[in-house]
Amino acid sequence: MRSILLLLLVLPVVSASSAPRELTEEQKATHALNRLGYGPRPGDVARVESMGIREYIEQQLHPEQIGDNATDSRLAMFPSIHMNADELLERYPQPQQAARQAGLQKAKAGDNLKADRAQLQNAMQQNGQQRPQLLLQELESQRIIRAVYSERQLQEVMTGFWFNHFNVDWKKGQDKWFTTEYEMNAIRPHVMGKFKDLLMATAKSPAMLFYLDNHLSSAPNTNTSLNAAAAARRVNPKNPLAPLIQARTAAAANVNKGKARNPGINENYGRELMELHTMGVDGGYTQKDVQEVARSFTGWTIDQPRQSAEFIFRPAMHDRGEKVVLGHTIRAGGGIEDGEQVIDILAHHPSTARFISTKLVRYFVSDNPPQSLIDKVAATYMKTDGDIREMLRTIFYSEEFMSPDAYQEKSKSALEYVASAIRAVNGETNGGPRLAQLLGKMGQPLYQYVAPTGFPDRADYWISDGSLVERINFAVNLTLNKIPDTRVQLTTFRDPNSAALYLGSPEFQKR
Amino acid sequence: MLSRRFFLKSAGVAAASFGAVPSFLLRTAYAQNPAGASGKDRPILIAIFQRGAADGISMVVPFGDPNYAVLRPQIGIPSPQQGSAETALDLDGFFGLHPALGSLKPIYDSGHLAMVHAVGSPDNSRSHFDAQDYMESGAPGNKSISDGWLNRYMQADPRAKGTSPFRAIALSSNMPRSLLGVAPALAMTKIQDFDVRGNGRGGSSGDLYAAFESMWHNETFDAIKMLKDANPTRFQPENGAVYPNQPFSQSLQQIAQIIKADVGLEVAFADLSGWDTHANQGAATGQLSQRLREFGDGISALYRDLGDRMRNVVVLTMTEFGRAMKQNGSGGTDHGHASALFVAGGPIKGGKVYGKWPGLAQDKLFEGRDLALTTDFRDVFSEILTKHLHTADVSKIFPGYKPGQTLGIL
Repeated sequence: MRSILLLLLVLPVVSASSAPRELTEEQKATHALNRLGYGPRPGDVARVESMGIREYIEQQLHPEQIGDNATDSRLAMFPSIHMNADELLERYPQPQQAARQAGLQKAKAGDNLKADRAQLQNAMQQNGQQRPQLLLQELESQRIIRAVYSERQLQEVMTGFWFNHFNVDWKKGQDKWFTTEYEMNAIRPHVMGKFKDLLMATAKSPAMLFYLDNHLSSAPNTNTSLNAAAAARRVNPKNPLAPLIQARTAAAANVNKGKARNPGINENYGRELMELHTMGVDGGYTQKDVQEVARSFTGWTIDQPRQSAEFIFRPAMHDRGEKVVLGHTIRAGGGIEDGEQVIDILAHHPSTARFISTKLVRYFVSDNPPQSLIDKVAATYMKTDGDIREMLRTIFYSEEFMSPDAYQEKSKSALEYVASAIRAVNGETNGGPRLAQLLGKMGQPLYQYVAPTGFPDRADYWISDGSLVERINFAVNLTLNKIPDTRVQLTTFRDPNSAALYLGSPEFQKR
Repeated sequence: MLSRRFFLKSAGVAAASFGAVPSFLLRTAYAQNPAGASGKDRPILIAIFQRGAADGISMVVPFGDPNYAVLRPQIGIPSPQQGSAETALDLDGFFGLHPALGSLKPIYDSGHLAMVHAVGSPDNSRSHFDAQDYMESGAPGNKSISDGWLNRYMQADPRAKGTSPFRAIALSSNMPRSLLGVAPALAMTKIQDFDVRGNGRGGSSGDLYAAFESMWHNETFDAIKMLKDANPTRFQPENGAVYPNQPFSQSLQQIAQIIKADVGLEVAFADLSGWDTHANQGAATGQLSQRLREFGDGISALYRDLGDRMRNVVVLTMTEFGRAMKQNGSGGTDHGHASALFVAGGPIKGGKVYGKWPGLAQDKLFEGRDLALTTDFRDVFSEILTKHLHTADVSKIFPGYKPGQTLGIL
């Protein structure tokens, strides 16, 4: 491990001291392709050099003006990525639920489980239903395909960055059905827009409300059984499953009545909102602020999480008392606007500008982000009301970004490594499940990082002995065409071995 | 020197609960880990991190504290009741073990498992990420320390030079903060996957392997060779140990295999996440109990599997902080302060819950909501370093730490 880190961390610094003070044009083009995207394909460096690096950066900053039909048609094989939670819940139900719908009995010990499973599979097939695990596979595949093929490379990089910043874990309960919409509707539309819009979209997303438990957070005097009973009455009568859902929610209401769960706030979202999404842990908030923020968001919940899953504000759950958040008074008697006001306070806080800028500079420039650049990016944030595109512009056109110190300083994440390797050898892939499985072995199970921090953005996280071995094996298998669903054309290499050595080299682990 | 209690408990209760007693437990003249021991007598530490802040008072239940049931009306663990699988398992008349940790009870009864309660970090951060970092760097409140406490232990040990690449290993896809630093350590999830393709298959693939080796020239390749020779996966679980088929237990099983393969292991690390129970944590059954079962069954399988070899192994668990004492509005618990930890192994004076109990009365709670801290986690870690791993100077391992109380766990 020591020598891996020596190779990966120390060498660039050593070489930088003897290197010329400016990058060559070829290095600049390579750098832009490595940082704004998932690395160069054969011919890309020359193309960017001849069009001009500035022109390439401007193009990437405006993904809406880049045609990407070829990628879109590759995505046609993943129908679930365009569905809302409502459809996903219906078409990819939990197996137990599908069994109930099909009128199958729950398997008991001693029953023929194999036959039961086959029966359930048949029933699901007849109803056009599939297992929820497929939703994860399609999400993973579309992310890999877009990283490898999208012409909107920077948009993909930013999607990865913001999803990781506002991380949710697909495995946690209902998030299996909420994560798809979360990426498509809460994250993707805002990746280069205003930070506040992104923050608001995540705050109101069923995926985040569920993941950080805010959907359960309520004023201490809330009557939860009344809420559940009200929910049962609200079921859309046109839904063919309405009687079933009504019966189940009513039963849940009764259970709650029996248990007399003591309602009250849940601090999870309030804390991570400040610590991880906006101000940073040293941003200057207190435990009292955490509680006040949590009180402000009481009632921000999910309408029918097992059926249609939409954001809803429930006045009956909301704490209408006065709150003081970071010195700002939120007047008593408010409703949904209490939480919205908190988002506004946080989005305009200088700690947020600093924290977001630091993360962006660490991602795009260096594991040791230069303070000079963080200050400039934070100033852009404050000046432009948190305009992400403008912050990126400040980074890309800075001296710090196009400097020998930054060149090849970052270690690739597993996805960056795999996507850049496939791009480097003109690979043809349909993003089959084996690739996502390998990413997991390299330490990046997509959509399944448990903690709200998201994957760390540091060389020492990505390069360990185990992940190094996985990466070398990937290089060998890829170049021998032994990765299922992925084929390469080694036009720029003498033979598979030289391609494998290139992709498995210390240099290729860097971007 | 083993106490009389140690001997009696070992011979009696352990025999009753295990059927077979590891033979080391019956030896009276056994001298503990002589300094400088090598080979099979080398002391080993297995550190286990419960990431996400495990609820200390659900793991080691203070049923004797009258405020416990008041603070946890729905998610509390009921007081011990003979024959019930849904109540705490009595440890000493005041504390009880969560029923899902039942497989650890025989180890406690045999005197080789102890708990420390109201333990944690003196830094009062309620951030998972800062608190984990502080516990793993061994320097609460100090963000300028870049290496981990276990790595500094290895740096400080004079045996460090020229030793096995398997001196320290994390069963994890990334190197945990605890082991980060200049001393060599390995990180991998599956030892059977730890091999470069084409290794030793002759022809061009052999050349390719050699080319990669010279390109990287690091101890990853030494470790691959050594692992191939030692072939640890040939060791099957012994003494009837059954490891649950879950990643955490699989990690522990691999640690046991590496120990049995005698490749020079001193420090092993494994972690288990999913302790951040803000909602619906359950009580005797439910979400938290499932996690606890995975945790307890894994450790007890390891203990049983290693049998006699546990004589020089210490298992130490830790979590970044505990949870709020009062349950919240969603049947869960928010971030708190002190928690509980477990230490197991031959050298441990177990069968006891260590640490001063601060009490759960409102005026005894930290900031009016959390379990107050009475033991700095470094007090426990230091005792293990000094008495088990024979570290001469813990001040190098815990910068800024002034040795506090010695609990006498070893």
